[in-house]
Amino acid sequence: MSGANEAKSSATGARRGPIGQAAYAALAVVAIFLAATLKFDGYTLNILMQAATYAIAVFGLSVVLGLCGQINLAQAAFFGLGAYAVGLGTTDAHMSFWICLALGMAVSLLAGALLGASTLRLGGHYLAMVTISFQQILTLVMINAIGFTHGPDGVSGIQRPSLFAHQQSYLAFCVGVLAVVGWLVWRLADTRLGRAMRAVRDNELAAGVAGVDVYRTKATAFAICAMLGGLGGGLFAGGFAYVSPDQFSFAESVVFLTMALLGGVASPIGSAIGTGLLILIPEWLRFLKSVPGLYLAIYGLAVILIVAFMPDGIWGFIAKLFNREKPAPAPGAPLKLSPSDAGGVNVLETDVLSKHFGGLKAVDGVDIAVRRGSVHALIGPNGSGKTTTLNVLSGLYTATSGRVTLDGRDITKLPPHRRTAAGLGRTFQNIRLFRSMTALENVVIGAERPGNALVEGGGRAALDQRALAALDFVGLASRANEVVTSFSYGHQRLIEIARALAANPTLLLLDEPAAGLNSTEKKSLHELLERIAASGLTILIIDHDMTLVSNAASHITVLNFGKRIADGESMAVLRHPDVVSAYLGAE
Amino acid sequence: MDLFLQLLFQGVGIGAVYALVALGFVLIFRATNVVNFAQGEFSMVAAYLMVVFAVDLGWPYWLSFLIALGGMALLGAIFNLGVYYPLRHRTYLPVIISTIGASILLANTTLALYGPQPQVLQGWFDAQGFQVGPVFLDSQYLLIIAVTIVLVIFNYWFFERTLLGKKLQATSQDKEMASLLGISVAGMIMITFVYSALLGGLAGILVAPILFVSIQMGSTIALKAFAATIIGGFGDVAGAIIGGLALGIIETFGAAYVSVPYKDGFAFLVLVAFLAFRPQGIFGERVAEKA
Repeated sequence: MSGANEAKSSATGARRGPIGQAAYAALAVVAIFLAATLKFDGYTLNILMQAATYAIAVFGLSVVLGLCGQINLAQAAFFGLGAYAVGLGTTDAHMSFWICLALGMAVSLLAGALLGASTLRLGGHYLAMVTISFQQILTLVMINAIGFTHGPDGVSGIQRPSLFAHQQSYLAFCVGVLAVVGWLVWRLADTRLGRAMRAVRDNELAAGVAGVDVYRTKATAFAICAMLGGLGGGLFAGGFAYVSPDQFSFAESVVFLTMALLGGVASPIGSAIGTGLLILIPEWLRFLKSVPGLYLAIYGLAVILIVAFMPDGIWGFIAKLFNREKPAPAPGAPLKLSPSDAGGVNVLETDVLSKHFGGLKAVDGVDIAVRRGSVHALIGPNGSGKTTTLNVLSGLYTATSGRVTLDGRDITKLPPHRRTAAGLGRTFQNIRLFRSMTALENVVIGAERPGNALVEGGGRAALDQRALAALDFVGLASRANEVVTSFSYGHQRLIEIARALAANPTLLLLDEPAAGLNSTEKKSLHELLERIAASGLTILIIDHDMTLVSNAASHITVLNFGKRIADGESMAVLRHPDVVSAYLGAE
Repeated sequence: MDLFLQLLFQGVGIGAVYALVALGFVLIFRATNVVNFAQGEFSMVAAYLMVVFAVDLGWPYWLSFLIALGGMALLGAIFNLGVYYPLRHRTYLPVIISTIGASILLANTTLALYGPQPQVLQGWFDAQGFQVGPVFLDSQYLLIIAVTIVLVIFNYWFFERTLLGKKLQATSQDKEMASLLGISVAGMIMITFVYSALLGGLAGILVAPILFVSIQMGSTIALKAFAATIIGGFGDVAGAIIGGLALGIIETFGAAYVSVPYKDGFAFLVLVAFLAFRPQGIFGERVAEKA
């Protein structure tokens, strides 16, 4: 029963039921009790100790790789930092175990944050290589800085806390820590931070535009991962009383990665399964150990095969079998839109806005003034600079020159998520949803934008309510708990609009919302736009469908070759000779 | 001054090796948008093939060389089919994880077959080299520099002057359009992988007499080559070569004047410095994702 619940939850990241949590707590207590009381021989004890401490480090990977989609090939290095902190701290420096453990976590966290901060703005390739480099450097230091690290001989005689001096009580303690960390990681997926991580993993650009601070989210995920590595390593050092550089080599980082991938990187349960299997299998098949390298060769092959054939790992595979969709909750009150009216008569103003790509002037000194409460259309032939303008407005491109003001506030230099916080909402021409999430989760991320007064302080229930109301507004509330990829193209567009509306923006930017829609869908889109406009929300729309534009918009700005060629009341603009010639060609 | 010139010569020689491997990185990156983390292992495997044929079996050096290159071409093809091709429609993350898996697989299969003992491979020439003024020109370093120059010229000619080269460029720039023009995209990607494996293999064979032939040589070289591509500007061919040379020189001088045990660390420091202050590299331009 609860197993099915858990499976569903971890597969989609939906909310965990109280039954699942109670089962988890009961399981954890039983595991701690067994670890403390069962009579293990030394061999079994070592294996369990290794499994428990490794699993904590692998949980870190399930945060950074599973939730946030960033790679870390130096988890063994962070593990090593924690282990050496406890090792050197309790022996050479005669400090308390607890202080050393905390120190190790802090050092790992700091190293992870620094490493992440230098690289996370760049693509994932950089991160992979930089983490490998860091791993290699740390191994070099462990081996060569003999005066400090004891070199290749390693550190022996590492102390345990007096409270858990006995091997088995220490194991029980480690299992307890494992259970707590596992619970936190499990719950993380469903917190604001966890949702932000998943949004970043699924679509970085859309996450930024939905109000997520992409860079900080990634750096946080990376730092959490490193810190859990340090925690696992510190406990490992206490458990085995001896550490040496070869235990924290690149090969071990690969082992950690394989553990996470094998079990299923998206969930801590998968990570635990993967860790257990990869510690036990080598013990069962001891003959493999007689040939150096054979093990890792098999791990390498396993990684290739898992990535190709079982991308969700063992747990992902099992979870899919139990995956039942929860019925959508009934929507409550209708969606409330109360756009801010803090500024003057114009919501948005651009002042000689330009964006150049090398010699190409994609947007060239454009002035636009969008009146509060109006539907304003930005049109122009293909390549006239409409989408570039929108990208400059929403912060995906930085303006070459000129100014953008929203509600009287200069937003020209703000990153996308800060503009969203300031009240900008947008949709994309090529739909950008968070593909692994349900419609409701997608819209919740929109509702969560910082500064959304309509949900602030209301907690998760208020967010859900708001998101559901937004889905209801576009007519999709009954399918709220379906994964977005199961929706048709037209419906995905509506979900994108709902995501933007849930944030209660001051200005809604719609980038070709009618593109690819059939005539029925276009009709209902038009009707939807009218309902949005009726609520007083200002809309800036780009589209090629002249019927839609001329029916919906009261004011039109026309671009051609990056320059504004006409601006004014709709019908007058559409009859303007320059506009006619831009569209139909001059005589 | 004498030492300076001697070190400069060595730095350029070792840098040329990094440049060759970096070139392999860049070619695959341009064709597939994927960083091949097993590029260094290509060098390692080729060096071991040389050890097997030229040392263990005692076959002539040139014959072993041809066999090793043939083996690399085959490896490049298998690599493409087994590691890249099944994932070609997925995002970059699964693909780089897969190439990392391949790198582990190659390194440790070699370890399982050959053991951890580093091997020695003779250079191509019997003569050690000759003295020019204060500088001793080692024959193997001279060979490396000469081969790199020839390959850079060949590379330029191949990509800019031949139809096949143009087709490869077209594929790397826009796969969809290339296939609409009747270019076999799968074929072009296959050629890219084979060519990259050959470049990596050649670099490994050339550098083997200078270093020991060991399991770790692949990851060491790959790390430097990757740093070289970042220094030069990601995806830029000229940048990869300049970056490789610069890194070789920095590292040689660093080892001589600063610290030998941390020789392999200098690449990392240079890498971090570039990431922090000039992530687009010397020649590169940052390309934003299109919304």
